[in-house]
Amino acid sequence: MARMKFLCDAERCIECQACVTACKNEHEVPWGVNRRRVIVMDDGVPGEKAVSVACMHCTDAPCAAVCPVDCFYTTDDGVVLHDKDLCIGCGYCFYACPFGAPQFPQQTAFGVRGKMDKCTFCAGGPEPAHSEAEQVKYGTNRLAEGKLPLCAEMCATKALIAGDGNVLSDIYRKRLIKRGGRPQTWGWQAAYGQEA
Amino acid sequence: MSTSTRTARERLARRKKSMAWTFCLVLVLSMALPLGAYLVTTPGAVAQPAGERFSEEHATNPRSDTWRHARADGEGFTTASGPYVTNQLISNIGENWRQMRNGPVKAVGSWVMGLSLAAVALFFLVRGRIRLDGGRSGMTVPRWTVFERSVHWFVAISFIILSITGLSLLFGRHVLIPLMGNAGFAGYAQAAMYVHNFLGPAFGVALLVMILMWIRNNIPTGTDLKWFATGGGLIGKGHPSAGKLNGGEKVWYWLGVVIMGSIVVVTGFILDFPNWGQSREIMAWSQVLHAVVAMFWIAFAFGHIYIGTLGTEGAFEGMAKGRVDTNWAKQHHDLWYDELIQQGVKPEPAEEAGATAPSPEPAAGQKPTS
Ligand code: SF4
Ligand code: SF4
Repeated sequence: MARMKFLCDAERCIECQACVTACKNEHEVPWGVNRRRVIVMDDGVPGEKAVSVACMHCTDAPCAAVCPVDCFYTTDDGVVLHDKDLCIGCGYCFYACPFGAPQFPQQTAFGVRGKMDKCTFCAGGPEPAHSEAEQVKYGTNRLAEGKLPLCAEMCATKALIAGDGNVLSDIYRKRLIKRGGRPQTWGWQAAYGQEA
Repeated sequence: MSTSTRTARERLARRKKSMAWTFCLVLVLSMALPLGAYLVTTPGAVAQPAGERFSEEHATNPRSDTWRHARADGEGFTTASGPYVTNQLISNIGENWRQMRNGPVKAVGSWVMGLSLAAVALFFLVRGRIRLDGGRSGMTVPRWTVFERSVHWFVAISFIILSITGLSLLFGRHVLIPLMGNAGFAGYAQAAMYVHNFLGPAFGVALLVMILMWIRNNIPTGTDLKWFATGGGLIGKGHPSAGKLNGGEKVWYWLGVVIMGSIVVVTGFILDFPNWGQSREIMAWSQVLHAVVAMFWIAFAFGHIYIGTLGTEGAFEGMAKGRVDTNWAKQHHDLWYDELIQQGVKPEPAEEAGATAPSPEPAAGQKPTS
């Protein structure tokens, strides 16, 4: 059985935000809710690196472990989804997720947050695939159409790739070999010496 | 003979001296030798000769610093904006909080509350209800005003509601989902969360009023020490003296209401108002503190509730109706009673005395002593 994963190759990501835009547009994600975002480490200094982050669809998902109403489930494809009808908007998944993936439509006093929203790996939700309810609550179900997440499909440099974890690791391994095998032998220092 | 003893003594002294010197030498060398490396290579001088080609053996992974930074809660830059957007690649608090909440918090909390309940039950079985020594006198004196009782009961009832709703969010997944099903529990949990979140701040304000209202009664005195020395009357014969509040009640006030209460209320506000901009880290630790202290407080409250209702005959009516039997007052709070009498308070017959419509001469005012 496939185990769906995202992989973002930091050596290729050019911080163009196409994945972010694709996701927002595909699922009609409301303002303030960000299912995917690009984080740049060391922004503006030599060696800066951009990585696109969304829900990583963890194997032993912390969000699912802390949810008081137990509304998470993992699909046969290894995608972590949740049921918005059960979610009470307590925010615990947001505390527990290492990647800051869970998002909420509101942030007001008295802990009113609304139902949690996060990346679905373009796999919809518990409602019947392609139903109106699923579209409204979770966005498009591309996986049911045999398509991969739009963010990865959209990525111009193919930094962000999505799909079965084994296939992704093969692709990444091939890239590493092309680049020269060991991680020490690529990048600025390998090309131009120690004084970067 | 005298020379031989002298040489023996001298030899001993010499041996001691050389032993001391050897010891000193070992000590100095053991500290100095490892530093000797600096003589060979000074820290600043390790740089390789300029122009040397890149060598694999000496290269570090150029990304390692980036990833190390990311792994240590390092922050980056993101163009995304929104109340729940974070610029951290990996937040360590996520897994740590999950381990804490699902592990020790649940375990310690349930043990503390369980043991407290068991202790109260055991105490009741062994010691039974503490009766009024001479039965009721039928005469009562005022103990708590209407205002004090209103605040107490508002706090008390909110406390119970907040406990039930709060515990439901922590343990409901194990206890209630098997009973109610996922959808049933989700509906209840949604309501429980709103009740908890909206009642909480009101509880906090009422708690503050209660703390201020009773602070004067709770100043510790020497009498309290004697009260503790006799275990509140459990050790030895007779009842220890006490003012309006005894040592045990003062501990409940300071430890329970003031300290635990403030921690629970402050962390509760942090959790209840995410719009103040506090970080995930602060909210996660607040949740741990909130839950743990609250469960200790609940465990403590079992004792308070037991003593105030089932445990002590004649205690509950003070908070229910505002007046207590004079015999109860003399038995449990003798100093306070004496003070009342000195102030010229006249004990009145029980049954609605002093309360609303003064009833015509209650028949003997005697309640059957159960
Ligand atoms: S929301 Fe966070 S914790 Fe849950 S599966 Fe996604 S990345 Fe993992
Ligand atoms: S916000 Fe919703 S999904 Fe997240 S932990 Fe709370 S109930 Fe579960």
